[in-house]
Parts: sequence; C-alpha cells; structure tokens
Amino acid sequence: MKKTDFKKMKETTKNQLITYAMVVIVYIIAQIMTATGSLSSLMQGLLVPLCIYSIVAIGLNLCVGYLGELSLGHAGFMCVGAFSSAFFTRCMEDSALPEGLRFFFAIVIGILAAALFGFLIGIPVLRLRGDYLAIVTLAFGEIIKNVVNVLYIGRDAEGFHFSMKDTLSLNMAEDGDIIINGAKGITGTPHQSTFTIGVILILISLFVVFNLVNSRSGRAIMAIRDNRIAAESVGINITKFKLMAFTISAAIAGAGGVLYAHNLAALTALPDNFGYNMSIMLLVFVVLGGMGSFRGSIISAVLLTMLPELLRGLSDYRMLIYAIVLIAMMLFNWAPKAIEWREQHSLKDFIKAKRTKGVQ
Amino acid sequence: MTFLAHLINGVSLGSIYAIIALGYTMVYGIAKMLNFAHGDVIMIGCYVVFTTMSGMNLHPLLAVVLSVVVCTVLGIVIEKVAYKPLRKASPLAVLITAIGVSYLLQNLALLIFGAASKSFSSIVTLPPLKLAGGKLPISSVTIVTVIACLVIMAGLMIFIKKTKAGQAMLAVSEDKEAAQLMGVNVNGTISLTFAIGSGLAAIAGVLLCSAYPTLTPYTGSMPGIKAFTAAVFGGIGSIPGAFIGGILLGIIEILGRAYISSQLSDAIVFAVLILVLLIKPTGILGKPIHEKV
Repeated sequence: MKKTDFKKMKETTKNQLITYAMVVIVYIIAQIMTATGSLSSLMQGLLVPLCIYSIVAIGLNLCVGYLGELSLGHAGFMCVGAFSSAFFTRCMEDSALPEGLRFFFAIVIGILAAALFGFLIGIPVLRLRGDYLAIVTLAFGEIIKNVVNVLYIGRDAEGFHFSMKDTLSLNMAEDGDIIINGAKGITGTPHQSTFTIGVILILISLFVVFNLVNSRSGRAIMAIRDNRIAAESVGINITKFKLMAFTISAAIAGAGGVLYAHNLAALTALPDNFGYNMSIMLLVFVVLGGMGSFRGSIISAVLLTMLPELLRGLSDYRMLIYAIVLIAMMLFNWAPKAIEWREQHSLKDFIKAKRTKGVQ
Repeated sequence: MTFLAHLINGVSLGSIYAIIALGYTMVYGIAKMLNFAHGDVIMIGCYVVFTTMSGMNLHPLLAVVLSVVVCTVLGIVIEKVAYKPLRKASPLAVLITAIGVSYLLQNLALLIFGAASKSFSSIVTLPPLKLAGGKLPISSVTIVTVIACLVIMAGLMIFIKKTKAGQAMLAVSEDKEAAQLMGVNVNGTISLTFAIGSGLAAIAGVLLCSAYPTLTPYTGSMPGIKAFTAAVFGGIGSIPGAFIGGILLGIIEILGRAYISSQLSDAIVFAVLILVLLIKPTGILGKPIHEKV
C-alpha cells in the first residue's frame, strides 16, 4: 500500500487539508460541547450564523481575492438565495416529498437562483472596473433588497398571483395563501438549518473554490486579476472567466442565504441583513482574513461574528470596542510600519535564533 | 404646478447630495480612497449643532461655525490616525479601516446621544417664499441650501484654480511622487483636503437636518452612500461632476418617489446610476481611463 507522506505533499494540497481539518475539528468540538451541555444557549444559537457568514465570506473571497473585483453587493445574492429557497419551501409545504429532500431541493434552488442573478448582473457589471464596479454591485444589491420589499406573491386554487403594490391587488380567493408579503417578507419557513448542514455546506464550498482556483480556469482567473491586458494577449477569454468566477461566487453566497432563510421563522429584507451594511460586513471578513485565503475568511468570519456576542458583558460599549478592534487590526495588519516592526520582532525568528544558539 | 414643486424639492435635496459629494470627490481625487466615514462626519456635525443650539442656546450661525470647526478637526484627526499609516498599503485595507471609523463614529454618537431620534429645529427661520400667487411656496431652507451649494462649488473651483494650495491639490492628485519632488508638501495637502471635505460635510449635515429634521446616529449613513453614488454618477474626482451628479440624483429620487413608487425610489436612483455607468463607464464628466500596455 502506498503511504501518504504529509511532508512530501504539495504545499497547496497541504493547505487545503489543514483547512478541511480545521473545519471538521471545530465541528467535532462544538458537537461535543453541545452534547455535554457546556455551550451556552447563546453560543448554540450562533452556530448556524457562523456557518452562514463563513460560507458567504468564502464566496466573496473568490470574487475579491481571486478575481480581484470589489463587490459591495453580495448581500443581494444572499437575499436572492434566501427568498427563492424560502418561497420554494413554502410552496412545497403540503407536498409528499420527505422533509430532508425538500430542504435539499430548496438549497439547490437557492444556489441556482443566486447563480442566475450573479450571471445576469455580471454581464453588465464586469465591463466596469475598480470603484465603478464596486458602486454598481452596491446599486444592484440595494435594488434587489428594495424590489423584494415591494413584492407580493400569493397562491390560491387558481394558481399564483403576483403584485408589486399591496396584498389587496393580488385579487386572491378567500382561502388564498400569501407567500411573500411585501415588507413583511416570508413567514412560517420551517427551521431546517442545522449546524451539521451548515458545516457540510462549508466543506462543499471549500471543495468547489479550492478545485476552481487550482484548475486551469482558476489560473486564468488569477492571470486576469494580475494583468488583464497580458492575460488577454495570451488568449484568455476575459469575459468568460470573469463571469465564471463571479457566478460561482454569487452561487456560494446564495447557499449562505438559504441557510439564513431556514434559520428564522420570519424572513424579511432589512437594511441590516441584506442591505449594503451586510455587504460591507462581509467584505470586512474577507479583507481581515486575508484576500485569497479561504481559511482566513472562515476564521475572521467566526471571530468577528462572535466578538460582539463575547463582549455582551460590556453592553453599550461592545460595538465601540468592536470598531476600535477592527481599526487596530487593520493598522497592525497592513500599515507598512507595522509590517516592518513585525518582521523585526517576529516570533518565528526569535525561536529560530534560540535554536541555532542551542546547536552551537 | 405640483411637478414644479417636486422639481424644486429635488434640486434642494440634490444640492445637499452635491455638497456631500464634493467632499467625497475631493478626498477620492487626492487620497484615491472611498471615505466611508464621510457620512458619519455629517451626523457628528448635526449633533454638534443640535446640542449647542438646544442645550446652550447658541445663535444658529455660531452653532454652524462651531460644527464646521469640530468636523474639520475630526476629519484631520481621522486622516492622521487611521488613514495616514496605511497610505502605502492596499486600497482595500484603507477602505476597511474607513468602515471601522464609520462604525466608531456611529457607536460613539450612540453612547453619547442615545439611540432615540432627536427632532432637529431648522436653522433657517425665515418665512417661505411664495411664487405664482402663493401656489408655489418655496421654503427658506431650500433657497439657502441651493445658494450654499452654488457658493461652495464656485468657491472650491476658484480655490483650486487660483490658489497655491489648490494647485498643490491638483498636483498631488495627479502624481504624488512627482508633486513631492516639486516641493509640494504632500501630507499637508492631504490633511487640507480632508479638512475641507469634513467642513463641507458639517454644512451639508446642517442643511440636511434642517430639511429632514430627524437626527439619529445613523442619519449620515444613507445620504453618505447616496452622495458617493452622486460623485460616481458625475465622474468621481471631478468637482463639477459631483455637482451635476448630486443635483440629478436628488431630482430623480424626488420625482421617482412622487410619480412611481415611494418604496422604490432608492431602487430607481440606483437603476439610473447603473444605466449611466453602462453607457459611460467613468460617469458623466469623468475622464476616460487610458491604459498603457
């Protein structure tokens, strides 16, 4: 039998395995802690949101870190995934499908809907560059949120009714069921998102992005990021690969949205959950975790989601401290002076210096 | 007649956006960064006017001057502490830091002033101007806003064209290294830009709250985003562009709210923005990007 030698493995493979292992280990620890009851109910409630933000951060990192395009509209894709899947679940309530399978289809539909929107929005958006692209993605995100807020869809014996004004203009029969109720959103979605499903989705997302960035297509995407003109001149189809990365990125964000929708009894599109605030929050995860590092995205998404909750004891000051920590971490991570200082006082060098001393 | 009234409202709102966008566009032109904290400087400016006017019974004009001073200092401090160390870092890092500053200002205001919304009393107390035999009243705030916007824009353009500091700004926005070699004080110029931008934000804030008199720690956030949109709309980095973008955005928003749907007015604004950028990718007055191979 061939023995796999961890040391001889390729750097990228090793990196990927560490990331998968990290997710699985955290999952096992969390499960053990839940089983033994040492996890507070607050933390238990956070487990699914942690998965949601990790997944969307992975998706956004593909767009920002590998495609090199700043998207401020990923909350919009989350919104599409959330609403399309919740709509499907509500429509299928009385069907004969088993619950697990229904949720599986809901996930697939959420992902496909988000991917479709990513594709359609990507066609015009990816022609722009830099800050112009950022503002247009922000605009699309806000449009999605606004349109969802005035969307009314109901169903009765005759079929579906659709309106963008109010529930009365749906013209429904007495026994009709309003599925999407404008600003009130979708209510009555079953609570199907579990930590296990969340972790499985994280692993699948990781598998998809790792395989993409290490494939021929992934290298093409990175070539476009590093030098668009050079990439074009060696025959890389810019539009195709840009669209591909953007669509996959949107699809992963949609998966996060599906989890979000099935974690709440009432799904509404508010500025806080699907507005630009959320898009910015997601971007913070990606940049703080390190652009291009999926493991970093997961870690920073987890830490930054937990930080306000851990600081809850400080009540009023918690968001203030959060802001200060964010600024301090950015300065420490990115300021040229701080980088220089870190290189001089690096822990690795310190240990190495000690070791060589010991040898002599 | 109602159309005219809506149009006037639109120009008034647009003038506020334009003043904020001028600050955005200047900072962008020089520092090449999106200052997401700009909207929150507006909010701080409003709170300064609110507390000095209602708490200390200061004369409105004095309160506005004080607010401009506070915001100017705040702008310089933010630049020195949060943005200057990152000047050579990736633009995205600066963007995230700006978001951090924005959170910081919002939460500071939340701690000091509380989450409850304050009702802001207008600083302009003149009677409205009645046109067309009283059928078309124009509030004094509107008139002051539009005049302030025009004066500020003209002043800025003269400042940039005629003064040494203004020329230095142009030079720095064109090429930082070359400007430094020519003896321009780059750090000083960037500080000056932040100071002017933040001072303008204070004025915009006061006018905004005079027209829409509710003040919360999140008041500045949406106008900030809208003004950023306006700046991009007109071509970011261009001063007349920010003005045109702001006015157009205000008119589209008010007309959209009046004639199409009040809930969809933001969506309409953003849809128009997308259309403009697709036809002219660098905004209405933006310079085309030349690529060297």
